[in-house]
Amino acid sequence: MATLKVGLVSPEREIWSGEAKLVVAQTIEGQLGIMPGHAPVLGVLLDGSVVKIEPADGGEPVSAMVGSGFFSIAGDEVSVLAEQAELGSEIDVELARQELQNVLSAGDDTTAERRARARLRAAGADA
Amino acid sequence: MAQLRQLRQQIKSVKSTAKITRAQEMIATSRIVKAQQAVAASKPYADQITQALTALVSHNVGIDHPLLNEQPEDKRTAVLVITSDRGFCGGYNANVIREAESLMAALRERGREPIPYLVGNKAITWYKFRDREFAESWKGFSDRPDFASAERVGRRLTEDFLKTDAEGGVGEIHVVYTEFVSMLTQNVQVRRLIPLEITEETLEKGAVLPAYEFEPTAQAALDLLLPNYIESRIFHMMLQSAASEHAARRRAMKSATDNANDLIGVYTRQMNQVRQAAITQEISEIVGGADALADSGGE
Repeated sequence: MATLKVGLVSPEREIWSGEAKLVVAQTIEGQLGIMPGHAPVLGVLLDGSVVKIEPADGGEPVSAMVGSGFFSIAGDEVSVLAEQAELGSEIDVELARQELQNVLSAGDDTTAERRARARLRAAGADA
Repeated sequence: MAQLRQLRQQIKSVKSTAKITRAQEMIATSRIVKAQQAVAASKPYADQITQALTALVSHNVGIDHPLLNEQPEDKRTAVLVITSDRGFCGGYNANVIREAESLMAALRERGREPIPYLVGNKAITWYKFRDREFAESWKGFSDRPDFASAERVGRRLTEDFLKTDAEGGVGEIHVVYTEFVSMLTQNVQVRRLIPLEITEETLEKGAVLPAYEFEPTAQAALDLLLPNYIESRIFHMMLQSAASEHAARRRAMKSATDNANDLIGVYTRQMNQVRQAAITQEISEIVGGADALADSGGE
């Protein structure tokens, strides 16, 4: 079976790369599932959303929080580029929860709130 | 004897200076490697975003965005000067500032009004000492830049670019930074950042761009990509400057250590000479004294 070559990169480093059979990303207009053989797309990511990657070797699905960024699909290569990106497994849930509280009490910054919630979701906790 | 003590003191102080510069040199050496790794780590993102942007612009002829347009009516021109926070790095900052000065002179000749934007403590103190105006300054991250800092700088610059002269905006943005070529060579570079010039040349020859669909629209993608691209360019320039700073510091500290060691050699020789002279004098005094005693005793 064909697989996708996925790269999840932030300006500072490459967060995750490898083969995958499914990538789910969220654009401004809704979720988009990407499987091998997808048409070339250049899409804008929703700032503060979760990208899910199912590795081709059948391992645990990888979730990551992404901030402002975009993704491009071309010939079974998927690149997700985000200015802020964190792997769910690297997120401290307690800290993330606290951060969400801080953001909520600070009030009206919706992007910061979405990011904080996405961070929790990526870590596999309720938000 | 007083001279002997003085020389010993001097040797001691030069030795401790050498120790400090040697430590600085080694710290800088290890940081160059880290800075180079940071440059390499930022490359995938920079490459991808350039490719995406090229794809966008080449597929959509006549695409329009304020960041791509010349603004000839705005005479104010931003000059972003990237220097270091700390000294001890030889001519690194002086070179950047000199280049910035000549760029600003050239801009004035073209009838534009340069507005400095400063990164790094050294540029800030240089401007403050001369009582010169600058629009904005940032510091505290020159030796290890993070993307959030580049984002702050980029945001401010794009914001000002989108304003007109009357609102305190600018019509062009230039950057003066130092490019890291190798451990021994770093070059000061002057680049025009905005308006962006995206040419087909940025793409490797022979590469065919896929016919992208845009989600949600090409315009929305461009709106996001352009500021991100600018921030990524600034980040790249900061990383290059940081690597250059460490390389410059390593070289400056190495020559300082070498000089100190030479000086220790000179002082040690002088000290030996003085000591030998003192011993010789003492011997001749003793011999002279003994002779005088013998002469007087012989009578």
